Amino acid sequence: MTTQFRESIETALHNPNLTGALGRFSEAYRISRAKAYEGIDFEAVRDQIVEIKGSASSNFEALAEQFKASAEARGAKVFRTADPAQVKQYILALAKEKGVERVVKSKSMASEEIHLNKAFEQAGIEVDETDLGEWIIQLAHQTPSHMVMPAIHMTKEEVTEVFNQEVEAGQAPDIPKLVKFARAKLRPKFLQADMGITGANIAVAETGSLVIVTNEGNARLVTTLPKIHVAIVGIEKLVALVKDIQPILTALPRSATGQLLTSYVSIISGPVPNTDGSPKELHIILMDNHRSDMAKDPVFKEALQCIRCATCLNVCPVFRLVGGHVFGKTYTGGIGTILTAWFDELKKSEDIQGLCIQCGSCVPLCPGKIDIPRLILELRRRLVVENGQSLAMKAIFSVVNNRRLFHSMLRMASVTQKPFKQGRFIRHLPLFLSDMTDFRSLPAVAAVPLRDTIKNIPQPKGGEKIAFFAGCLIDFCYPEMGESLVNILNKAGIEVLFPEGQTCCGAPARYNGAYEVAAQNAQDNIKALLETEVSYVVSACPTCTVALKYDFLDTFKSVGVTDAMEAAKELSAKTIDFSTLIKKLVDEGRLTFKEGEELGKITYHDSCHLKRTLKASEEPRELLKQAGHEIAEMYECDTCCGMAGSYSLKLPEISAPILERKLKNIKDTGASKVVMDCPGCVMQIRGGLDKDGSPIHAEHTVERLADRFK
Amino acid sequence: MNSHFEAFKTRAEAVSAEVHRFTGKEEALAFILAFLKEAGVSDAPECGAVWSAGPFLEGARSEELRAKVPGLTFEVTREGSAAAKVGISQMDWAIAGTGTLVQDATGVEKRLVSTLPPIHVALIGADRILEDMGGVLERLRPDQLNYISFITGPSRTADIERVLTIGVHGPGRLIIVVVDAFEEVTA
Repeated sequence: MTTQFRESIETALHNPNLTGALGRFSEAYRISRAKAYEGIDFEAVRDQIVEIKGSASSNFEALAEQFKASAEARGAKVFRTADPAQVKQYILALAKEKGVERVVKSKSMASEEIHLNKAFEQAGIEVDETDLGEWIIQLAHQTPSHMVMPAIHMTKEEVTEVFNQEVEAGQAPDIPKLVKFARAKLRPKFLQADMGITGANIAVAETGSLVIVTNEGNARLVTTLPKIHVAIVGIEKLVALVKDIQPILTALPRSATGQLLTSYVSIISGPVPNTDGSPKELHIILMDNHRSDMAKDPVFKEALQCIRCATCLNVCPVFRLVGGHVFGKTYTGGIGTILTAWFDELKKSEDIQGLCIQCGSCVPLCPGKIDIPRLILELRRRLVVENGQSLAMKAIFSVVNNRRLFHSMLRMASVTQKPFKQGRFIRHLPLFLSDMTDFRSLPAVAAVPLRDTIKNIPQPKGGEKIAFFAGCLIDFCYPEMGESLVNILNKAGIEVLFPEGQTCCGAPARYNGAYEVAAQNAQDNIKALLETEVSYVVSACPTCTVALKYDFLDTFKSVGVTDAMEAAKELSAKTIDFSTLIKKLVDEGRLTFKEGEELGKITYHDSCHLKRTLKASEEPRELLKQAGHEIAEMYECDTCCGMAGSYSLKLPEISAPILERKLKNIKDTGASKVVMDCPGCVMQIRGGLDKDGSPIHAEHTVERLADRFK
Repeated sequence: MNSHFEAFKTRAEAVSAEVHRFTGKEEALAFILAFLKEAGVSDAPECGAVWSAGPFLEGARSEELRAKVPGLTFEVTREGSAAAKVGISQMDWAIAGTGTLVQDATGVEKRLVSTLPPIHVALIGADRILEDMGGVLERLRPDQLNYISFITGPSRTADIERVLTIGVHGPGRLIIVVVDAFEEVTA
């Protein structure tokens, strides 16, 4: 991580205007988005979008040619190029030929991508952005921090300052007045401009149509008043048919701004008359800039389903803390990280890809059904392949890959931690390690790991057998969670096996791009877990469960391991998370709750992998209620707690405020306990509550249910 | 009676458009005349009204109207529209689901009157309200028309601190006049 990048994060985190504005927006956004989708089948709409955009990106070449032919038949001039430099040359040559002195632009991310304004300025041509947000950042000499709301990072006071300095002194920080001022100042620019530049939200191949959405009405003026209209269109905006417009326009405004439709939509399919009666010159530039390379990549093709609504920014727990500028100059947030890696270069994503906390919040809400966290992991993997792993990481993974060494080191840690241990916590670590304990206490490594204590539990024999995959945290830090799991399953007459050969699930390696290491972990675990015939492989750690159920297969696919695929599928089919298994046993009548218990109010935290990958959110709640608890739901119950494995070690400055927010939401419920299904979340939340001196207990569902069955 | 009117009205008003419904052309005209007067339309500078003529005006009404409202013109120019207080035009279709007006806006005068003046008065027949965008795109076809405009409420921005502000570059008021018996109006 470069120092410059770290500093940009620090600056953003310490800008109260930024974090305040983004925090408030992220809360309001979810509500307005949900309201806008009332009566709409979102899943059906996004399936249509995937179909439309997915088939378009399989046919870019044919669609681009068809678009060109259709638009030219209507009288437009279409220029196709792969190269951003040629886009600028074309526009500047046209401007020169036509004697263009003034240009007005409506918002175009494609023009931001190629830094068009700079090219105009160097050529001595006056260029003005007309979207209010874009105008503000142009005047402020900044770049957009958000695809839909470019100036969301600025307060009205800052905007006033920019207007006073760059346009005309004497403005007051009053939003309606500032907007009126912008209208008055930009109106003559529209009227005087010789050339109007727009982007397009959709380009329809069958008719050569451009679909442009705005709220301010600036695109209507830009395409009406100047005699020349130039549209810069990335080829990912291509769709085949006119009927493809409706699904995209159903999702785009709803997901972008919580509107049913933007104030204005223009469908331009050919030159129109100018105000003096002459026909308008319409030039359309279809720009590739690595989009067709992306389309050929089996993993990243999916990213071309993006409709640029910026949902992935709006719901990202990291974006709302750091804003857009830490991501770079053009595209920001989750999708921006991917686009930057492709449109710019892979290396440019090296630092920013690390910002993704892998919580998956964006996945269920993306209208293009893009699995952004998965694509970011793939960037990570490719960066490691290209640049190699850092020495520190190499050292760590060489240990993790040797189970005996790894486990003996963990056992050793329970001895060496002694000077720092206070009860079951480590509250302060010295030197560079202190970042880890600044905002939360860490759990002490248990004196005896679960793999040893489990041998002392007398278990029923001869009946159903289930294998237990403990995962490192339960095995070495929280063995009591594992013991509770064994006790509960024993009550259902099930014998719990602990296959000794099990090791780290490989998630830490995978999430750091070290797929070879993860593949080795997978191989070792598959061998250990399939050794004895069992009905299920259960885990009480959702991240481990996801590893066993999905990641092993994906990792093998990525690194080209083919001989273990069948075994990986067998393991996947047998793998189940703790709450889902217990719920099943309760439903089958094999486990019965003690009756008439009134255990009081608790709140429940949804762990990212459990809710969004394993899709279990009702199961644990149902169990806790049946046990006798009342659940007081916390605000943002399914927002990440900031742990995310090694993320909290790499970016503690981001992990800490995410945790702080979570703790506040927990405290606000007034519950005396917060329950969750992930030992990683327990580590983060319990550590945070301990550091705060809060009396609230953080527990795993397995602990909460330990004595609740007959 | 158009079954989509109520839905259209609710949606349009939710995005700050003003919706008025009249049974016939005469009532609608009377409303527009009164509205123009109330809005202070006159032949003084910056006080004019520009009307992009459509089928609604057929029957030689324009002379009569011009006589009644000094400052009203049917000659739509760039300068005239930029200086006008009110722009008036007729829309082709409307969408109930989103409260949207849709127009074949290939003729530049139609766009001038609905973009430049601070108030836009839009006329539409009640039988022209369709359920969704798909129906509109079957009737106003991009393969035949070079510029199709969808208008949903007045111009708006939330670019400063996410505070919704009406009327940035386009009209700050959108007055929708729905007429039940819209004579002479056919596709």
